[in-house]
Amino acid sequence: MIKKRAFPEKEKVFRPGDEQLPEPDGFRTVLRRLAGENKLAVVSAAVILLFVLAAVLAPVLTPYTEKDMDLRHRLSPPSPEHLFGTDEGGRDILTRMLFGSRVSLLIGVVPSLVSMLLGAALGIVSGYAGGKTDAVIMRLADLMLAFPSMLLAMVIMYTLGGGLMNIFLTLSLVNWAGVARVVRSETLRIIKTEYVEAARITGVAGIRIMLCHVLPNCIPTMLVLFTLNIPASILTESSLSFLGLGIQPPDASWGLMVNTGRQFLYSAPWLSLIPSAAIMAIVLAFNFLGDGLADVLDPYRKNQ
Amino acid sequence: MLNHVLRRFFQAFLVLILVALLIFLMLRVVPGNPIATMMGEHANAAAIERMTSELGLDQPIPVQFFRYILNALRGDFGTSYSMGKPVDRLIRTAFPNTLILALCAALFAWVVGIVCGTISAVRKNSVLDRLFMGFSLLGVSVPVFMAAMILQYVFAYHLHWLDISGVKSWKSFILPAVALGWNSAGSISRLVRSTLLEILQADYIDTARAKGRGQAGVLIFHAMRNAMLPVVTMMALQLSSLLSGAVITESIFAVNGIGRLAVQAIEGRDIPLLQGTALFSTALVILGNLTADLLYGVLDPRIRKEVVR
Repeated sequence: MIKKRAFPEKEKVFRPGDEQLPEPDGFRTVLRRLAGENKLAVVSAAVILLFVLAAVLAPVLTPYTEKDMDLRHRLSPPSPEHLFGTDEGGRDILTRMLFGSRVSLLIGVVPSLVSMLLGAALGIVSGYAGGKTDAVIMRLADLMLAFPSMLLAMVIMYTLGGGLMNIFLTLSLVNWAGVARVVRSETLRIIKTEYVEAARITGVAGIRIMLCHVLPNCIPTMLVLFTLNIPASILTESSLSFLGLGIQPPDASWGLMVNTGRQFLYSAPWLSLIPSAAIMAIVLAFNFLGDGLADVLDPYRKNQ
Repeated sequence: MLNHVLRRFFQAFLVLILVALLIFLMLRVVPGNPIATMMGEHANAAAIERMTSELGLDQPIPVQFFRYILNALRGDFGTSYSMGKPVDRLIRTAFPNTLILALCAALFAWVVGIVCGTISAVRKNSVLDRLFMGFSLLGVSVPVFMAAMILQYVFAYHLHWLDISGVKSWKSFILPAVALGWNSAGSISRLVRSTLLEILQADYIDTARAKGRGQAGVLIFHAMRNAMLPVVTMMALQLSSLLSGAVITESIFAVNGIGRLAVQAIEGRDIPLLQGTALFSTALVILGNLTADLLYGVLDPRIRKEVVR
């Protein structure tokens, strides 16, 4: 639908539904634009990389292990031997943070990946098939979105019990519906284009259209949703662990460390504040990166 | 229009029944016998069996579910195992606290969000814009327990301005409301800013300026009116998520609300209470979403026309 204007166009602005869409970008163009336009996103990517490196190299970076107790040095403040101090069991906090970052990063990435793939598959099928299939899938998504996500996660974790695999399952269940909705609306837009029409007329099978025409065009959106789901998952996990429903001790996760440190908030505030700060930093970094990607990948925004 | 409203109400009701079924089934597959847990280690098998049949838990699951729904429609959610009181009474005493907390948090979020977002949009790229957007982004990224603990540490423990926890007077709600509302304030101000920026590019803004409207007039009568549409919807959605999302805040500040009740239910392995609080919160969210949906229809004449047709 093109608006009728009394005056000649100042500058062509692309809108969803325009007949002529801008060319999609190559991977390198996107990276270059991200680096050029959005310094914050680049810094965030560097921060994320740093966290990943720390998680991978955890055993090399620290002389302690995350479960070593040293009861003579309980709750000691930050010092040269223990850079971030020790907790109520005399365990080195930096070490637990490093090992905990493995858990937190995994919990960010795995459920986001699962819910992105599941949500995209259901969203594309829903949008392409329409009719009853669409109605069933979308009502199911509505049902999931009607639950308060934190409460849903609490009930599922209560049923399944704590532990890493159950958290993966819970967070994937909580997040797929949002992805499915967005991808469905993308699909509805894409299947109205002329090339899909052309493919359909020449007799290309539905599954092939979905995989070769719809899916590639949904990938930018999926990528943005994936990046933004990671911090959401990390936050939900840390809240669950904070309530004692997530990772179980003696394993370390940032949320759990905040929870155990909470009893010592007034005598040893670093116990809960340092892991909180780490959660905040990684969430902030992923949010910046997601926002940057959304800016760069959106073909409608770049021409403005 | 009335037809549309009724249909939406019916759909919402259907979703609520399905949600109830889902929660019901999920809690039935919890390992371990809840009655045995409730009666303690010393109960003998006969007593456990008697109690189980008294509570109707030996009936087939469909029968149990229908009985539960029928009772729930009359406002009877069963009796809490761990507190020995009717669940509806527990919810009724907890709800005012949750409601006040959510309203205070929403008020904070709306005022701060709209003011910061508007100033940021008008003074784009200024120092104030950067400051407000940093504040907003921090709000979206800070885990609510961190915000809560820092507020508690600074204003209650260190400065002694406000109570650390518990509900004693209206002042007790300030810290939890700010901790809870910061996140929503962040998302609202970001939305207000981006919507306003887009609208200020529109032709009708140029027209209004050309007609000689002042800056404030253009902003309030032309830009804000159009920007309010997505913002109001988001505000309604935020309110419902604040009503159901106060689990952590309520635990930290010891506010006896629905969220704290749910946590206590989990700690006491108290299935009727968990079921009741989960169902109640979900009903609130569904109601909130319904309101947002209908509000959108009322506010946007384009949708209103489509609906009537």
